[in-house]
This record gives sequence, structure tokens and C-alpha cells, in this order.
Amino acid sequence: MTKPIHSTALAAAIALLGGLAHAETTLSLLIDNNPETIAFAEALTAAYTAANPDVTFDIEQRTGGAEGDNIVKTRLATGEMADVFNYNSGSLFQALNPATTLADLSALPNQANVLDSFKTVVTSPDGVVRGVPFGAAMGGGIFYNKKLYEELGLSVPKTWEEFMANNAKIKEAGKVPVAQTYKDTWTSQLFVLADYFNVQAEVPDFAAEYTANKAKYATTPAAMQGFNHLEEVYKAGYLNEDFGAATFDDGMRMVSSGEAAHYPMLTFAIANVKQNYPDNLGDLGFFAQPGASADKNGLTVWMPAGLYVPAASPNLEEAKKFVDWVATVDACNLMIGAAGASGPYLIKGCELPADVPPAVADMLPYFQAEGRTAPALEFLSPVKGPALEQITVEVGSGIRPAAEAAALYDQDVEKQAKQLGLPNW
Amino acid sequence: MTTRRPSPYPYWFVLPAAVIFTVLFLVPTVASFWFSLTRWDLINTEFIGLDNYRQFFKEPFLVQGLTNTVIYAVLTSGSKTVIGLLLAVLLTSGLRGQGFLRSVVFFPVLVSTIGVGITFSVLMHPTKGLINLGLAEIGLPKVGWLTEASLALYSIAFVDLWKGVGLATLIYIAGLAAISPDYYEAARIDGATRLQRFWRVTVPLVRPATVTVVTLSLIGGLRSFDLIWAMTRGGPGFSSDVLASVIYKQYQAGFYGLSTAGNVILFLLIALIILPLTWWFNRREVDL
Repeated sequence: MTKPIHSTALAAAIALLGGLAHAETTLSLLIDNNPETIAFAEALTAAYTAANPDVTFDIEQRTGGAEGDNIVKTRLATGEMADVFNYNSGSLFQALNPATTLADLSALPNQANVLDSFKTVVTSPDGVVRGVPFGAAMGGGIFYNKKLYEELGLSVPKTWEEFMANNAKIKEAGKVPVAQTYKDTWTSQLFVLADYFNVQAEVPDFAAEYTANKAKYATTPAAMQGFNHLEEVYKAGYLNEDFGAATFDDGMRMVSSGEAAHYPMLTFAIANVKQNYPDNLGDLGFFAQPGASADKNGLTVWMPAGLYVPAASPNLEEAKKFVDWVATVDACNLMIGAAGASGPYLIKGCELPADVPPAVADMLPYFQAEGRTAPALEFLSPVKGPALEQITVEVGSGIRPAAEAAALYDQDVEKQAKQLGLPNW
Repeated sequence: MTTRRPSPYPYWFVLPAAVIFTVLFLVPTVASFWFSLTRWDLINTEFIGLDNYRQFFKEPFLVQGLTNTVIYAVLTSGSKTVIGLLLAVLLTSGLRGQGFLRSVVFFPVLVSTIGVGITFSVLMHPTKGLINLGLAEIGLPKVGWLTEASLALYSIAFVDLWKGVGLATLIYIAGLAAISPDYYEAARIDGATRLQRFWRVTVPLVRPATVTVVTLSLIGGLRSFDLIWAMTRGGPGFSSDVLASVIYKQYQAGFYGLSTAGNVILFLLIALIILPLTWWFNRREVDL
């Protein structure tokens, strides 16, 4: 907490000393501690300082998940936010009260490069764009071990039934069919959240009805499926023995090394394997979460995080210039170089290299065909209950039946909507 | 007792303490009563009456959180009192290496709670933890200390006991030292056995220490948070949630008004339990 004071003092000292020469600025940058984010930040800031020697950076890391939300919200509200910070787009962005806390970034020249699909998820309720993309779009689905699939002669499932049939064979072969990692509670939500492509394939207006307090998880059979799936894999005994104590990192290790066959996760995790288990990167494959029918098979997509500038930043102009540069094709290529290509970038003209890891190659075809992707619910609706991760842990550990859990989640959602003061709730 | 000697110190001596107490305690307390009646995002407040309280009592995990809070407080407080007293008696009995053993018992109190929590969650890991590996070594089944919904709270309470019993022991050692040896001598002359001396002399005469230990550990148990958060974050699911962790999760979600309402409820709950308890203890002390 002393950091902002420290950097203000430093800035003041620099201003005093170098006032007559040229103005030097130190921009503070708050990022999450995901290895991919750190690699992006280091590459971008180094390149920017090389081009603009009078601008240096002070990078600070924060934890992710709910603790990270807490840090970002508190620091924004108390005016102690860094000059530039990264944070989720979509409903989490909306929960920051962006119209008052964040600077207007709609006039940045390079916003012209940003795809509209991203702009909509960083637009505050007053219609102003307040972020630029930071990283690649992600898919939410199921990682699988290609080697294990080959050994057992399995093929990528297009329906949930096929998926469960594969699991049965994997279990017979003495391997763990599905890795789950409930020590990191957020990882337990994937079966529910990544099922959204299948939900909207059955009920196209679910997001709108859900936001308007009309559709509910518990009373929409298609939406219930995610909860049911969690329950099914637990009941069938398909999980790793230590699922209650394993972490996200364990999950990626298990699926990339072939200890486990599947791990439901977002594709940003490819960078984790690339960094920690590079030898296994070639065995890591990916497919969308299968649903009820094979003809409606598609991928639930997460928009990348955004870079934002707090409205109260003392270095507003310099911060905006930096953020504007991040939206260029050059900066985008730097990000690809720094952390590899984990998915499509939302900057026009920023192409992925030909030699992407297999898991990325598995994901790209979904983006290339029409109607095979759908944004996750959190990008279509501001409503998202904070207790989902605990509820999904309960279902996935056999503590609470799926139907009861879905009803409980509906209550949790109602609380959030009321606290946000949304209409109709 | 009715005429009081006038204090030799002027009243304004109280000023520095009063200012600190007002700024850091009274003002936030009064402010929190106000904020608990609002929808609050740290910048804007909107008065919504008692809605936060209504919502908080509707919270599906609240009932379990409340029950867990009481179970946890009673369990840790009770065990710290009993084991603390026994350890204190043992460590004042002239045992060899007594000084060393006292340090051993007290040492966990000095260690960071978060550190203890992380260490024990590693030790209690279901497949790789030392505890389960030890159990497997002697042919016992593995136990999901922190991953089994019905066990998690008790495992944390055990760690809390391990960490906190040193302080209770220390208070009891001081209490035992204050008992005049004459009582024991008189009891011995009357032919009292060791057990009788413990029940009839030690236990009644360490009452002031008992009051301190029970009050401190009960308050500590009721508002305990850090150890639970470090070990399970209230999980698996909501099975080891206590009032403080339920409140913290509302805060994390950005529901500041709601979490403030929860804190007001926690404040009232502690007051409701502790005030009658200290009153009762003090009355008994006069009767003695």
C-alpha cells in the first residue's frame, strides 16, 4: 500500500531534478501473476521504454481469482490504483463501476485496429469504450492427452455420451479419466461455464431472459446440463483421487503428462504447460465441451482481459499513449513472441504464426467456421453469482445434488443482481 | 467504596487515548452501522433500509456458517481451556527440562497463522500429506482431513488448538504461580490426594486465569478467520464456512454494504455471548 505514495514521491523528485531537461515518467502497472501475463507485460514495457526512453515502468503483480477482484476493486475505489492495470472484460469489468472509475479510451487512434467483438465487452453502460485487448481470446473446453487417446484408440467426442464412453475405456485402462482440482475452487466452474455454447444452441435467448430475471438455471433443462455433468463424472468415479486438494497446476501437469486423460479448462492454460512442462506440449490436445447432439458442436469463447487506465491516474496522458500503443499490430506481435500463440488476438492484421502448439491448432478451426463459437455467458450478461465456484465444488464432490445446486445458484445470482441494483430484480 | 479520592491527574490526560479511540474505533463503528443500511460500492451509497440484513439472513450458507462458528468457538475454547490447564499443571510440577518444554508448547503461538495454515494443509493433503502417508504406513486408510465435508471444520479446530494452546498454558502458569503454597500444604495435612488437591484447590483458585482464557479464546473462536481461510477458504463447498468467512466473501464479491451488515451482526453476536458470560464469571468470583 505504500507503493503509490512511493512512486508519487519518486515522480515528484524526478520532476524536480529533471524539470528543466525533458519530462520523465514512471508508469505503474498492476498485472495478475499468471505467467503469460507477466511475459506480456515484460515484453511490452521493455519495447516501449526502448522506443520512448523517457517512460519507464514499475510493474506490480497481484494474485488472480476472487482475491484479485478484491484488490482491483479496493484500489480503484480508494484511488490507489496503478496508472495502467489488466483485468477481465465482460461482467467482471462491469462490476468495476467503469463509467466513474475508468478513463475514456474510445478516442485512442488505435481503437480502429480493435475488433468490435472485443469493444462491446469493455464498453461501460454509458456506451463508452474503456479498454484495449491484452492477450488472446480463449476457448473454454476440455484438454485431453493425445498420446493416451492414440494408445487407447479413442477419437475426439462430439457428444457428452461419447465423452462418457471414452472415460469408461480410460478408467478400464487404469488411467484417471477426468482431472479435477478443487483446491483452486475457480477451476471447478468449467463444466458449467464452458457448456454455454450448448445452452444457447438449445435456448437462443437464454442470456437476455436470464438478465431480465425470467430464465433460471434450475428451470431450464439445457442450462442444468453443466451441473449434471459435474455430478455424473463424480458419481462414475472418474476423478483423480486427490481432486479435493489438487491445484490448477496439478491439473495441467496430469493432463499434459498423461496421468489423466481430460481436464476441463480455459485455453490460456496452454502457456502454463509451455512454461512448466514444455516436453509435454506436443501431447496436449483440446476440444469443445460436447453437448447433447453432434451437429450442434461448438466452442464457448472467453474474450481476453483488457488493459485499463483509472480515471484518477496522475499520469493519464502518458498512460493512454502506452495503452494506445498496446493496441497496435507491433505490440500484438510482441505478445505472440513473448508467450506464444495461445489463441486468436483481437487486433486486425495480427496473424498467428504457422507453428502453433497442437492444442491451439485444435481450437482455431472453431473460430474459422461460422456459428461454431459463442461467447461465454459472462460476456452477454452482467449477472454472475459470486458463489458459483463453491457450489460447483459441492456438486463435483458429491456434497450437493445437481438440481439443488442449480436452484441455490439461482438464489446467489438474485443476490448479485440486487446488489448491483439491476432493473427487474 | 462510595467516596472516591479525587484523581491527582487532570482529565485532559485522557485526551490522546480518547482521540485515538474515537478516530480508529468509535467513528468506524458508527459509520459501519450507517453503511450497513446502504448499497455501497465504496464510492456511491444508496440508502436501502434493512434490505442488507434481510438478504444476509436469507443467505443460504448463513445458517451453516452460524452453526459452524458456534461449534468452532466452543470446541477450540473448551479444548484450549482443559488442555491448557493440564499442560500448565504439568509444566509447573518441577518436571525435568521444564523450561525447554514450556518453550516448545509456546512456540506455535509465535508462528504466523497463515504459515501454520499452509503447512498443515500440506501435511493433511489426502494423497501426498505426511499424516496420511504415516497412517498408510501402519495400515490405516487415508483420511480426507480437509477435503471431506464432514471433517474439514474439525481438522482446522485441531490446528487452532495446536497453535493456540500455548497462550492458554502461559496464562494458566501465571495463574498457578499466584496460588499460595499454603493451601496445598493445608490440603496435604488434611490428607487430600493429588486428584483432590487439583479439583478442590487448583481449579477454584485459578478461576481468574480460567475467565481470561475462556473469554479470550471464545472471542478468538467466534471471529476466527485467518486459519480457516488459509486452510480451506470455507470449503469444500461451504462446509467449513464460519460467519467471518461468509462476510469476507460478500466483501470479495464487492457487496460492501451487505458485508458491513454481516459485520454488525457478528459484532452483536459476540457481544451477546461474551457480555452475559463475563457478567456470570464476575458474579461467581464475588460469591467465592
